[in-house]
Amino acid sequence: MDNWKDNRNVFWTLATPGTFWLFVFFILPLGFLFVMSFSDKAIIDGQISITEYDYLTGVTNYFRSVEPLYLQIMWKSIWVSALATALCLLTAYPIAFGICFAPDRWKPLLLLLVVLPFWINLLIRTYALIAVFRTQGYLNLTLGVAGLGPYEMLYNNFAVIFGLVYVYMPFMVLPLYATIERLDKSFLEASLDLGATQFTTFLKVTVPLTMPGIITGIILVFIPCLGSFLTPDLLGGANAIMIGNVIERQFKAANDWPFGAALSFMLMYATLAALMLRAFLASRSKGVDV
Amino acid sequence: MAALLKPGSGPLDYGNRLWLKCLFVLIYLMLYIPIITLIAFSFNTDKRGIVWRGFTFDNYVKAWNNSALIEALTNSIVIAIIATIISTVIGAMVALMLWRFRFPFKGTYEAFMGLPIVIPEICMGVALLLFFNESGMMEFVVNTPWPLNLSNIIIAHVAFCFPFVTVVVRSRLVGFNRQLEEASKDLGASEWQTFWKVIVPFMMPGLVAGALLAFTLSLDDFVITFFTSGPETVTFPVKVYSLVRRGVSPEINAASTVLIVITVVATVIAMKLQAPAKAGKG
Repeated sequence: MDNWKDNRNVFWTLATPGTFWLFVFFILPLGFLFVMSFSDKAIIDGQISITEYDYLTGVTNYFRSVEPLYLQIMWKSIWVSALATALCLLTAYPIAFGICFAPDRWKPLLLLLVVLPFWINLLIRTYALIAVFRTQGYLNLTLGVAGLGPYEMLYNNFAVIFGLVYVYMPFMVLPLYATIERLDKSFLEASLDLGATQFTTFLKVTVPLTMPGIITGIILVFIPCLGSFLTPDLLGGANAIMIGNVIERQFKAANDWPFGAALSFMLMYATLAALMLRAFLASRSKGVDV
Repeated sequence: MAALLKPGSGPLDYGNRLWLKCLFVLIYLMLYIPIITLIAFSFNTDKRGIVWRGFTFDNYVKAWNNSALIEALTNSIVIAIIATIISTVIGAMVALMLWRFRFPFKGTYEAFMGLPIVIPEICMGVALLLFFNESGMMEFVVNTPWPLNLSNIIIAHVAFCFPFVTVVVRSRLVGFNRQLEEASKDLGASEWQTFWKVIVPFMMPGLVAGALLAFTLSLDDFVITFFTSGPETVTFPVKVYSLVRRGVSPEINAASTVLIVITVVATVIAMKLQAPAKAGKG
C-alpha cells in the first residue's frame, strides 16, 4: 500500500468523485435531517405555517418521540423484527446446512435458487404474497376446496412477519452457508466418535463454530426488518404499523417533518446500536470467520 | 456398526436424510409458489385474476398499451442504466483508492462509506427528500424536460449504489498480485497503460458483479424513489405500489413477469460472464 503523499494526483483523482457524492448527497442530507429534528414549524401571524420552519428550537420532537404511543410502536417494531429474524434463522439454518452437505453438483443450483428471489423486485414479491393471502386469494381458495375458511390472513402481524421472513431469508442463508462450508467437518466426526449424539454435536460443536455466520445473518436480517416500510404498509395495513410507516406518514400525509426527522434519528440510533452489538459479539466469539 | 451402514447413511451424510429433504422441498416451495402463481396468472383470462379460466396473452397486450405503465417501466430502466454507469465508475475509483493508498483517518472514511449500506432506506429517503426540497433542486428538476427530470432519482440511486460497488470491487482487488503491476512498469508501461492493461482486466469480474448489483438495486428500489420522485415522475415500483393499493389485476402480473424475466436474465448473463474469468485465474 502506498502513502497518499507519494502520488497525490492519482490519489485525489480517485478520491474526489466518490467523496464528493457521499458528502453532498448523503452526509449533507443527513445533516439537514439532523437540524430539522431539532426544529419546529414556524408560527406566522399566530398560525402554524405549512412550509416554513423555525430552526434549532429545541428537543421537543425527541420528547414527543418517546411518548407512550410512539414508544409502543418502536417496541412493536423491535419485537416483530426480532421474531421475523428468529424465524429466518430457523428456516435458513437447515437450508444452509443442507446445501453444504448436498452432492457437489447440486450445490450451485440450490444456492442460486435461494438467492434468485433476492434479485426479484421487492414490490413484486410482496404483491405476489398479497395475491396468495388475500381473502379471495389462492390459499383461501385452496382451503375452500377442503371446506375451510375463508380466513382473513392479510392486514395483521402474522402477515407482516411472514412477509419479512419471505423477503429477507436469502440474507440469512448466505452468511450461514459461508461459515458452515468452511467448518472443518472432522470436528463433527471427532465429536460423534467420542460418543456425543447428533443433537449434542449440533448444539456443542456446530452452532458455536458457526456463531459468526449466525450473528452476521441476524444483523443482516434484523436491520432491514426494523426499518422496513413496504412490507408492513402493504401486508399489515393499519393494524400492523411499524416505525417506518410512522416516519412515512410524518413526511407525507401528516406533514410534520420535524417530528418525522426526530423519529428517523431514533431509528438510526437503534440500527447503529444493533451494529455495535454485532461488532462486540463478533470480537468475543471464536468460531470460523466470515 | 459400520457394516450396517448403507452408503450415504453415514453420520455426516446429512444430505441424504429424509427429513432434511422434506424440509428443503417445503421451504423452496414456499419461496417459489407466490412467484410462480404470479407468473402463471399473468396468462389468465379471468379479469379478477382469482380462478383459472384459460390461457391468453391479452394481459401483456393490455400492459403494453397502458401508456402509464410503459412510461414507468421506461423511467425505471433509464434510471437504472444511468445510475449503474455512474455508480460503477465512482465505486470502482473509491475501491482503487482504498486498496492502493494509506491516508490519515482511513478507518473513519471507510465507516462513512459503509453508512449508506447499513442505514435504513427510509431514513435515507426522507433525508434526501428534505435536502432536495430545501436546496431547491426538487422544484428545479421537476420542471426540466424528460430524461433530466429523473436527475434527482438518479442522484439518490447513485448515492446508495456506489458503496455496494466499492465493496464488491475492493474484495476483488484484494486478490491482486502487485508484482504484476511492478512487472508491467519494469517492462516500460506507463502508469496509465498499467492501469488499463493490467489492473482493469483483473478488476473486470468485480466490475461486472458490482455493476449488476447496482443495476438490480436501482431497479428494485421503491422506498428512496418514493420520497425523491416529484409528483409527476413515476418509476415502475412506484406505479405498481399505487396500483396494488387499489387491488390485484392481471396487468400488473404481466408487467411484473416482464421485469422478473429481465432481472433473472441479467443475473444469469452476469454469472456466465464471471464464471470463465474465475476459473481461468483459479
